[in-house]
Amino acid sequence: MQAYQQQAEIVNTEKVTGDIYRFTVKAPDIAADSKPGQFVMVRAGEGLDPLLRRPFSIHQVAEGGLVQILIKVIGKGTQAIASLKPGQNMDVLGPLGRGFVHNTMQEHYLVGGGIGVAPLLFLARQLLKKNESSAIKVLLGARTKAEISTLADDFANMGLGVQTSTEDGSLGKQGLVTDLMAPLYSKNPVMVYACGPYPMLRAVAGVSRDRGWACQVSLETIMACGLGACLGCAVLRADMNGYVHVCKDGPVFDADDVAWL
Amino acid sequence: MAVEQPDMKISIGSLRLRNPVMTASGTFGYGEEYGSLVNLHRLGAIIVKGISLLPRQGTPPPRIAETACGMLNAIGLENVGLESFLSEKIPFLQGINTPLIVNILGDTVQDYQQLAARLDEEEKVAALEVNISCPNVKQGGVAFGTDPGMAHAVTKGVRQHFSRPVIVKLSPNVTDITGIARAAEEAGADAVSLINTVLGMAIDIKSCQPKLANIFGGLSGPAIKPIGLRMVWQVAECVSIPIIGIGGITTTEDAIEYILAGACAVQVGTTNFINPRATEEIIQGIGAFLVENKMASIQDLIGRARQV
Repeated sequence: MQAYQQQAEIVNTEKVTGDIYRFTVKAPDIAADSKPGQFVMVRAGEGLDPLLRRPFSIHQVAEGGLVQILIKVIGKGTQAIASLKPGQNMDVLGPLGRGFVHNTMQEHYLVGGGIGVAPLLFLARQLLKKNESSAIKVLLGARTKAEISTLADDFANMGLGVQTSTEDGSLGKQGLVTDLMAPLYSKNPVMVYACGPYPMLRAVAGVSRDRGWACQVSLETIMACGLGACLGCAVLRADMNGYVHVCKDGPVFDADDVAWL
Repeated sequence: MAVEQPDMKISIGSLRLRNPVMTASGTFGYGEEYGSLVNLHRLGAIIVKGISLLPRQGTPPPRIAETACGMLNAIGLENVGLESFLSEKIPFLQGINTPLIVNILGDTVQDYQQLAARLDEEEKVAALEVNISCPNVKQGGVAFGTDPGMAHAVTKGVRQHFSRPVIVKLSPNVTDITGIARAAEEAGADAVSLINTVLGMAIDIKSCQPKLANIFGGLSGPAIKPIGLRMVWQVAECVSIPIIGIGGITTTEDAIEYILAGACAVQVGTTNFINPRATEEIIQGIGAFLVENKMASIQDLIGRARQV
C-alpha cells in the first residue's frame, strides 16, 4: 500500500466546539489516494515527548490537495497538535489502513458517536456520488448539543437527513445513538457504518446483528506505527483465535470479524 | 578537486555492509511495510521481525503504552512463523538489493537449530540475529539471554547449523552483560547486538490497572539510550567481535555516540515508528559528519571515545 510522509502546511483551523478542532492541511499525495475510513498518523510536536504519532480518521478531502482531520484534545499529544497554527507544518503520514467498503447495499445508515463522526462525512460524500440522498440516513450521538451540532449541520448541508441523540437531551432525542436505530425499517438490504467509542460500537453491532443488517465498524486503539510493523494495535478476532491489527487489517472491520468483549 | 566520499563500509564476519545503519527487529515489519516510505535499497541491512518455527499469536492487548520519551511494548513475539515467512515475506525482500538479516527465536536450543538449518538454505538470508533477549515471553527468549551457559549453548547450536554470520542480540535485563557477551563470542558468534528493550511497566491511575495486559513490557525509545550506550562501552571492553549498537537512536548524533563507544554499526528501532525516514537521514548524516571532520572512513570513528 502506498503511504506518504508529508510536511503538510496548515491552511485553516477551526474550533468546532470546546475541545474539538478541525484542521485543514495541504497534503496533495495523501488527498489524492485517500478513501473514507482510512486514517493518518500525525507527529505530536517536534520533540521526543510525547514520542508517538497520533492516529486520526480522514475527515474530508477537498479540491487543491486538502485533507481535513478532527482533533479532540485528550492529552498532551493531541494538545501539541491542536496548538499548531495556520502557516505551520504538520508532519502527516498516510493514507493508512483499510476504509469502508460501500458498493452493494441499497440503504446506508451512518452511525457516529462523538468524535467518531469524523470519517462519516467523507463517507457520506462518496456515497452521494452513487446513491440518492434518500437512501442515506445519518444518526449521530453525543453527550451534549455542543459536541455535535456543528458536525450534524455539515451532513444536513449536504442534503442528508440527520437524526441526533444526546445523553442530556440538549439536542434531538435524549438517550443513545442506538435508540435512533430502533425505529428504523427498510425492506431493502442495509449497511451500517459505525464509528465511535467502543461501547457504542458494540451496541451498534448488536442491534445490526439482531436486525439482519450488515455492519462495518471503525475501531480505535493505541497505536505506535500505523503501518503494520509494531503489531501493537491487536484486537481479538471473532473466533477468539488470534488477533487482527487495527492499523493494517482495519481500522474498518466487518462487525462479525472481531470479538466484542 | 572532487570531494572524496567517505568509506562507510563495515564488516560483520564475512558480511559486507554498504553502511552501518540497520533496522531493528520488530520495528520494521518484514520490510514491505516501509516500502513506500523508505528507499530500502540504501539501508545497511534490513533486520526483520523475529521468526519462530511456528506462528505465534502474541500477547493480549493492550500491548503498548507511551512513556516519557519512550514506549513500552509487550507484543509477545507475534509472528507469521518460518514457513509463511519463507513463502510470503522473502519474495519481496529478494527484490531489495540490501542484505537481509533474520531475527530468530525459540523455546529450546533445538528450535534455534532448526530455524538456523532451514534459513541456511535461503541464499537471501545474509545473517541471523539470535534473539535470546525478548522480555515478554515466559519461556526461552530471555531465559537464554540471562544465563551465560544457556547463551553459549544457543549460540553454538545456531553456529553449527548456519554457514553465514551469526549475531547474538543481548538483553540489558541482566546483572552483568559482559558475561553473556563473552559466552556468545566463545560459542562462535560473529557479532553481538545490544541492547534489547529494558523491562518496565506503567500503571493507569484511573483504572488502577497496569497499562499493559502483560503487566511488564520492554521499554524502548530515546529514554533508554544512555543505558544502551553504557552497555556497548562495557561490552567493547571485553569482546573482540563487532558490536552493533541499539537503543534509543533517533538522530545522527545518537548513532555517532554509539560508534564512538565501540559499535561498528547501529540499529534504528522505535524511531522508525515516529520518523520512517530516520534510517536514511542517519546514513546521510554519518557521511556528512565524516566529511566535516575530515575522516576518510567510518573505521576512524569506531571506538574513538575509548582511546585515552
